[in-house]
Amino acid sequence: MSGQSTYVPKNALAKWFEARLPIGGLMHSSFIAYPTPRNLNYMWTFGGILSFMLGAQILTGIVLAMHYTPESSLAFNSVEHIMRDVNGGWLLRYLHLNGASLFFAAAYIHTARGLYYGSYKSPREVLWLLGIIILLLMMATAFMGYVLPWGQMSFWGATVITNLFSAIPIVGDTIVTYLWGGYAVGNPTLNRFYSLHYLLPFVIAGVVALHVWALHVAGQNNPTGIDVKSSKDTVPFTPYATVKDALGLVVFLLVYCWFVFYEPNILGDADNYIQANPLKTPPHIVPEWYFLPFYAILRSMPDIFFIPAKLAGVMAMFGAILMLALVPWLDTSRVRSARFRPLYRPFFWVLILVCIGLGYIGAKEVTPGRIVVGQILTAYYYVHFLVILPLLGLIETPNDMPNSISESVLGGNATAVPAGAHAAPERKG
Amino acid sequence: MTFFLGCAGTETGTMKRVRLLLAAAMAFCCATGFAARAQEEGPAFVPKIPDRQSWSFAGPFGVYDTAQLQRGYKIYREVCANCHSMEDMHFRNLADPGGPEFTEGQVKALAAEFKVTDGPDDNGKMFKRPGRPADPFPRPFPNEQTAKLANGGAVPPDMSVLAKARSYEPYDWFPADIGYALWSMLTQYQTQGPDYISALLQGFKKPPPGFKIEPGQNYNEVFAAGNGIIAMPPPLQDGVVQYPKGPDGKPVVPETVEQYSKDVAAFLMWVAEPKLDYRKQLGLEVMIYLLAAAGLMYFVKKKVWAKVHA
Repeated sequence: MSGQSTYVPKNALAKWFEARLPIGGLMHSSFIAYPTPRNLNYMWTFGGILSFMLGAQILTGIVLAMHYTPESSLAFNSVEHIMRDVNGGWLLRYLHLNGASLFFAAAYIHTARGLYYGSYKSPREVLWLLGIIILLLMMATAFMGYVLPWGQMSFWGATVITNLFSAIPIVGDTIVTYLWGGYAVGNPTLNRFYSLHYLLPFVIAGVVALHVWALHVAGQNNPTGIDVKSSKDTVPFTPYATVKDALGLVVFLLVYCWFVFYEPNILGDADNYIQANPLKTPPHIVPEWYFLPFYAILRSMPDIFFIPAKLAGVMAMFGAILMLALVPWLDTSRVRSARFRPLYRPFFWVLILVCIGLGYIGAKEVTPGRIVVGQILTAYYYVHFLVILPLLGLIETPNDMPNSISESVLGGNATAVPAGAHAAPERKG
Repeated sequence: MTFFLGCAGTETGTMKRVRLLLAAAMAFCCATGFAARAQEEGPAFVPKIPDRQSWSFAGPFGVYDTAQLQRGYKIYREVCANCHSMEDMHFRNLADPGGPEFTEGQVKALAAEFKVTDGPDDNGKMFKRPGRPADPFPRPFPNEQTAKLANGGAVPPDMSVLAKARSYEPYDWFPADIGYALWSMLTQYQTQGPDYISALLQGFKKPPPGFKIEPGQNYNEVFAAGNGIIAMPPPLQDGVVQYPKGPDGKPVVPETVEQYSKDVAAFLMWVAEPKLDYRKQLGLEVMIYLLAAAGLMYFVKKKVWAKVHA
């Protein structure tokens, strides 16, 4: 799929270099000649957007690290020092702070796009798993980053989340002690979180490289979910995908800058502008918005037989991500795209609504009514992956599919492929 | 440009109707909620939700009102500074563009009003000297314990980021809470902090009958964190701070608690977010640039893809 490299070095130096390390050919075949399906819609621009956001977070983060002090009595004021006395410091911090939110928004859209169009199905399972690993790494990085300003929500969020690991039988307490570097969240915790917050983005970059590599082996999925069959189905990455990605990125940047310049604190919690105080618990501890659905699942779990509620909550929370990882094997349908799956399509949107509902429950204070709603939504989340998804593939009759990508774009008469030649093998039920 | 105009702070008819509807629905819920609670445990404290005020610095084109910040500084200096620190601010900031914009001479004089601890000197002793523009605002109390002792066990919070550290949620019922959050995001409603501070300063009322207050405590109808009980006594009274006089010898703005509250809340917003003017100005430039880039990219994309769609 990545195709034969057609790269021809233009001058003697490039020729000399190419003979010794063919990186020019790699770049050329990956980002210029690389054949992309001609029917990709704007949902496919989020991969490029995410790469950009990772780069932006690393760049702003590196400069912020030059001015930040990872010491529990100085951290809070060092952030204010960045905001006031460092040239452009307020801009760097607001870019980094809102960048995390926008990064997650893009990642969730990217994941949802994969779920809708069946991008996880053979031969893209490893590509999908690498994506889930990136998501997990992003969560760890964002969580530790949120602790660094050492505000009230930083401190108490860290206390609540690190405490969860104590629910793990036998080794739990030891893990928590290692996370804390002591017997409570404190200066050692801040130091190790800072170190890891600096390290993990580069780990993410490494896994992203694998993710892109796997993508270029399997080739991109597309809105029809039909495999690329001839060169008619594709266009070269440059200029076609490049220019489309660029447009998507600029529109995304408009939203990003809207938050950065006009409402930089609206996605955060006011309590995090109060310096951490280990003696004073805030009335309402909530994580950042991108963790809310998981937080809701965590809080929804009751005692289940011999499993205490806390352990059940931790298992359910990590299980929620495990469900995503298992999707390639839970989905029994051979049709990739929801476009041709009349039953899967509504269930997909219900799942999205359930995730938003979980986010809402996670944001609110606990009441008996909300606990019940949270439990119903959590149960539905699991039912979707463990029951609905496997069953749908068995009972669903897919809609008629076009023979090829080019036929779906240009209409039946534009393709040389005989009608029906390729549609049949993909149908089922 | 409609991109910005659609989000300006003006209240349209529909907005008003939506808010009226929300208010009516909330009143109903509160009334029914009250009745249920009153039967259980007597009158419970329900904090007053601060009113949304119009601020010069709200909205995408908002900027601080220099005269208001200067008045606000005077209130901080004469009232707040007796108990509240402002550690992250330096005297020099008072001359920064987009702030109270005092002249350098004025800042020198204002700094010299404060006594700052310096040293140690050649004899190894700490000593006091008048403040200089490069100094941070000195703390009113040497440590937390002294602050507590002087204030009935409560520590007056530092005011450096106070206006960003205070907020409130007017609705706690579905779907008004979500609607309110989205509406705030869309209309760039960012001034909960100053709204809250201004309301709190005006919230010292007579406690309702049956409400228990210990000596040294005060009732405040806005102070949710303390269930209506606040250690701070009412800091402002009408006429307590002298405002600049006009040519007729009368103050340009009224010397009332209401006006003081608004002025000092605006000042504290500047203290918490001193780069706001520049941020919004730069934001406008960035937005125009990105909109133009998006337009160009749109046509480039169309041109490039024309061959494929043909």
